[in-house]
Amino acid sequence: MKTCLIVDDSRVIRKVSRHMVEAIGLAVEEAANGQEALDACAQAMPDVILLDWNMPVMSGIEFITRLRASPGGEAPKVVFCTTENDAAHIREAVQAGANEYVMKPFDHETLQIKLQLVGAA
Amino acid sequence: MREDFAANLVSGLLEARTGQQLTRDRHWRIETALAGLMREQGIENADQLARRLLQPGQEALAEAVVEALLNNETYFFRDRPLFDQLSQKILPALAARRGDTRRLAIWSAGCSTGQEALSLAMIFAEQRMRWAGWTIEIVATDVSRSAIASARKGAYSQFQVQRGLGVQQMLTCFEEAREGWRVDPALHRAVRFEVHNVLDPAPRPGRFDLVLCRNVLLYFDSTTRGRALDRIGDALADDGFLMLGGGESPAAHSNRFVTCRANTNFFQHAPSRAATAPGKDSIPIRPSLSANSLKSNLSTFR
Ligand SMILES: C[S@@+](CC[C@H](N)C(=O)[O-])C[C@H]1O[C@@H](n2cnc3c(N)ncnc32)[C@H](O)[C@@H]1O
Repeated sequence: MKTCLIVDDSRVIRKVSRHMVEAIGLAVEEAANGQEALDACAQAMPDVILLDWNMPVMSGIEFITRLRASPGGEAPKVVFCTTENDAAHIREAVQAGANEYVMKPFDHETLQIKLQLVGAA
Repeated sequence: MREDFAANLVSGLLEARTGQQLTRDRHWRIETALAGLMREQGIENADQLARRLLQPGQEALAEAVVEALLNNETYFFRDRPLFDQLSQKILPALAARRGDTRRLAIWSAGCSTGQEALSLAMIFAEQRMRWAGWTIEIVATDVSRSAIASARKGAYSQFQVQRGLGVQQMLTCFEEAREGWRVDPALHRAVRFEVHNVLDPAPRPGRFDLVLCRNVLLYFDSTTRGRALDRIGDALADDGFLMLGGGESPAAHSNRFVTCRANTNFFQHAPSRAATAPGKDSIPIRPSLSANSLKSNLSTFR
């Protein structure tokens, strides 16, 4: 079973996302901020990371830059989540090493297609 | 009584203009679907709406009512595995069959706001080498004037543009503009958008090698589905292909089509009519659209 790390500072969003990702057939881990997420990755690299782009403790871009620089950190597919107003961040995130993005709020179908696009579903 | 009259009037309008039936048990949908329009027009209840519709010179209102009842739900590469089949099995088969004329005509019937037809254009752009020297005509039609107007603009909201497209594809084929994400002009030019009812004779050029009619027939009753499939059958080349939506089949409504043996979501004319039996091809299907090749290939349509 493929694994997905959900990184979001909102517990509610993590819960909703977990529900969808599990229904798509992946095993889920959660992290509430970028540092927690990096720690989790150091323990075991997930197959895919669903990453909130606007987190307070460590920004999405800082997280992904540090992830990609860490041993084995190039492997996970990173799907980052932004809101409608974040269009400018999309190019920035892709340049920083994100593989795919999904707009918040997303539904099951949209997320499933994105996970299929990165080969995780 | 009055409410009933209004509901019958509205569903009658819808059926007359689009062939769609709103059966009695779905009349409740009318109120929800028309709530916004009625508020906008200062119409307080169904009775008032019916009276307005019966007055002369209310064409615009009648059209707005019908538009509000249509479901325009769509997204890019809807049912991606089907688009993979299309690009890796059906299009190569058509390429082999049309090698002499090097022309393909494709019809997206019930195209809504254009995502389906643009997905096709993206496939051809991505396979530029294979189609060099070919004339690819993509006609996309819908009965909804507002859907076609929006397709002709070629601008999509952030929500629409990310639905079904990979981020690389999105960044390659679309540009951020004030009115949303604007599709690459070359891709946009590759599609001709027209207002058209699928129950009418097919649009120009009248004969198509491939027809997509996806998630449209489900709004019709069985007889009307048969009529639509007749129109499509009349317009489909003898050895052409019909692509329906995921899980849709013509079987219960028309005996003019059979499933392609190797590609169960595609259909061809039943043998009595088709000149040749469907060919078996065994090319494996794998995800096909790489954004990098797409970028260099957008010039296909320039
Ligand atoms: C749910 S959308 C499907 C769009 C697209 N084919 C897809 O699969 O994503 C159905 C479309 O069919 C159109 N439609 C309904 N009745 C029609 C008719 N009689 N002729 C042409 N289009 C029709 C609607 O306006 C709507 O845009």
